[in-house]
Amino acid sequence: MSAPADHAHRAPHSTRPPAEDYGPGVPGFEASGGDWDEIAREAIGEERIIVNMGPQHPSTHGVLRLMLEIDGETVTEARCGIGYLHTGIEKNMEFRTWTQGTTFCTRMDYLAPLFQETAYCLGTERLLGITDDVPERASVIRVLMMELNRVASHLVCLGTGGNEMGATTVMTIGFTAREEILRLFEAITGLRMNHAYVRPGGVATDTPEGFTDQVRAALPNIRGYLGQLGDLMLANPIFKSRLTDVGVLNLAGCFALGITGPVLRSAGHPYDVRKAFPYSGYETYDFDVPTDTAADSYSRVVLRLEECYQSLKIVEQCLARLDDTVGDRVMVADKKIAWPAQLAVGSDGQGNSLDHIRHIMGTSMEALIHHFKLVTEGFGVPAGQTWQTVEHPRGELGVHLVSDGGTRPYRAHFRDPSFNNLQAVSVLCEGGQVADVVVAVASLDPVLGGVDR
Amino acid sequence: MTAADGREVARGGHDVPEPTAERVAERTGMFGPPGTGDTSGYGGLVRTVTMPPAAARPYGSWFDEAVDVLAEVLDGQGVRLDDAVERVVVTDPRARGEGDGPSDDAELTLYVSREHLVAVCQVLRDDQDLRFELSLGVSGVHYPQDTGRELHAVYHLTSVTHARRLRLEVTCPDGDPHVPTTTGVYPTNDWHERETWDFFGIVFDGHPGLARIEMPDDWPGHPQRKDYPLGGIPVEYKGATVPPPDTRRQYS
Repeated sequence: MSAPADHAHRAPHSTRPPAEDYGPGVPGFEASGGDWDEIAREAIGEERIIVNMGPQHPSTHGVLRLMLEIDGETVTEARCGIGYLHTGIEKNMEFRTWTQGTTFCTRMDYLAPLFQETAYCLGTERLLGITDDVPERASVIRVLMMELNRVASHLVCLGTGGNEMGATTVMTIGFTAREEILRLFEAITGLRMNHAYVRPGGVATDTPEGFTDQVRAALPNIRGYLGQLGDLMLANPIFKSRLTDVGVLNLAGCFALGITGPVLRSAGHPYDVRKAFPYSGYETYDFDVPTDTAADSYSRVVLRLEECYQSLKIVEQCLARLDDTVGDRVMVADKKIAWPAQLAVGSDGQGNSLDHIRHIMGTSMEALIHHFKLVTEGFGVPAGQTWQTVEHPRGELGVHLVSDGGTRPYRAHFRDPSFNNLQAVSVLCEGGQVADVVVAVASLDPVLGGVDR
Repeated sequence: MTAADGREVARGGHDVPEPTAERVAERTGMFGPPGTGDTSGYGGLVRTVTMPPAAARPYGSWFDEAVDVLAEVLDGQGVRLDDAVERVVVTDPRARGEGDGPSDDAELTLYVSREHLVAVCQVLRDDQDLRFELSLGVSGVHYPQDTGRELHAVYHLTSVTHARRLRLEVTCPDGDPHVPTTTGVYPTNDWHERETWDFFGIVFDGHPGLARIEMPDDWPGHPQRKDYPLGGIPVEYKGATVPPPDTRRQYS
C-alpha cells in the first residue's frame, strides 16, 4: 500500500492510517501473523508497535476493531474502530409505519431485542398520549419478557467473557442456561430472537395456555445454571486474579463518559432507570439494585450474576400477576391504534386467526377496510418529540422519537448503551497488559449490533 | 407565531434567524411516491406540520424553578436568559384538563442558541440546584423545510441527583452547519457528536477528533439527512415487483 500524497490534508481518521502513511523517515512495521520472536527480531529498534485486533477477532464480541499501540506487553494506547455492522436501521425506520418500527429496532442489540422494542413502544405511546391506556397485563408481560431477556443477555456476557479467557465450561453453561430462556421466548413470541413482539399499545399476542407453568418449571433450571456459573467463577483463584483490578473505571470517570448499567453500579452508584424513572410499573415490583465499589471487571461479573437473581425475583412476581389477569386485554382498547389482526396458533405454528380472517373476508366489509387501512397505512402520531429510556442489560437505553404527525416516525434515534460504553475502552486498557484488553472489553459487554445499528 | 395567550415567546436578535416557532414543514397531497401523480383527488391538499408551541409561565412541575436558577446563574455570567434560551417547550404525554399543570411525565425542552450552548451546559451540569451531571448523548434531526434552522442537534440530559430530565435543542442553518462542541462539559458526547456529524453533517467546532464513526472515512454525504436517498433495489416476488421502500406508495 503506497502512501497517498495528500495524506496531510485528508479528513481526520477514526482509524489510524497504515504506519507508512506518516510519511518518509517514519519507521513502521506491519505484521499479520507469525512467531512473535521473529516479528520482534525483524522489527528490532522499533519500539512502537500497533496491533490491529479485530474486526474479526473472536475475543472482541463481534466486529469490534481495536487498535492497540503496545510497548512490550503494555498497552500504551487503545482505540476502537466501529461501524462494521452499521445497517441504517434508524434511517429505515423513517420509511415504515410506527408498528413496523418494532421489527427494525428489535434487530439492533440482538442479545436484548425486547428492550429496544419496549423502549420504542413506550416512546410511541408517550407521543400518542396513551401511556395510561396500556393494559396492565401487557405491561406485566413486557416486564416479564424484559427481565428474562436481561438474564439471557447477562448469561451470554458471562459465558462469552469466560470463553475469551479460555474457560470453555463457563461458555457452555451460559449458553445452555440461555437456551432455557430462548425456549420460553419461542413459546410466547414464536421466535428465539428478533421478536417484534412488543407493539405500540401493548404486545402482539397473549401468552399461550400454560405459559406461567412453563416459566415456573424453567426457573429452577436457570437458577441451577446460575449457581454453577457462580461456583465456577466467583471463588476461582485463576479467574479472580485475571479479573480483579483489571479495567478499573471510577465513579467520576463513569459519569464523565456517560457510562451506565452494571459498569456504573460496580463503581458504587445505584443508578438504575427502573428505580430512578420507573416505566411499565417497575415501581410496584420488589427488587434490589446490587452495587459494588471495586469498579473492576471482577465486580462487574459479581453484579451481573446478582442482577440475574434479582431479575428472576421480578419474573416470579410477574407470574403471579399474570395468573391474576388471565383473559385480560394485552392491547389498548382504541381500535384506531390496536393491531387488528388476531393471532392464533395454527397447524403450522403461529399465524393469523382463522376466525378473524373469516370475519374480515366473509362477513364484514367495514372490518376488512379497517384492517387494510391500519395495516398498510398505520396510525398517525401527533407531531412532537419524546425521550424514553429503559434499563438495558448494558446500561441506559434511550429512544428519541420525533413525529411530524404522519404515520411513520420522522426520526427515531437510539442511544445504545454499548455504543456509549465503548468510549471507555481507552481508559480501561491503557497502561495495562495486552491480555487484559480482552477482559476489560468483555466487562463492558458491548454488542456490536447495538453499537452500529 | 405566538404562544396560546398571544404573548410573543420566541425571540431572536442575534445571527440565528427569527425562529419560525412551531411550523417545521408543509405536506401536500394524500399519498403516493414523491413526484408522481396523486389520483386520489386530494392532490391539492396542503397541511402545515407544527411542533408543540412554546410554553407560557408557569410551566409547572419543577420546570419554573430550574429555568429560574438557570437564568440567575447565567445572569451572573453576564448572559441574559432570553439571549441564551430562545424558547421553552413543555410537552406532556398525559393529556390533562385546563389549568391542571403538567403531569410527572412531562418533558422540558430548552431551545438554546448555539453561541450559549456550552455556557448553558456548564451551568446545568455544575449548579447544585440543577446538577444535570449525566449526558445521554446527542441526536440530530433534519428539517429541510425549516428555513434557516434546518439542522437540529438534540441533547438529552439527566440529573441523577434530582431524578430529572431535560432536553436541549440547538439549531443551525444548512449553509452554516456549525455548533460548538460540548465535549468539554460532557466528555461522553465525543462519540455522539461524531455520530451526528457522520449522519447529519453538523460540524461540532472544537471537537477533539471529528471523524466519521459509523460510515467509512471516505463516504460521500450524510446518510440520515432527509435529502439523502434510502437506497434499495426492486425485489421480484411471485411475478410482481416490490419497489424499494422510499419509492413505494406512502401516506403523508
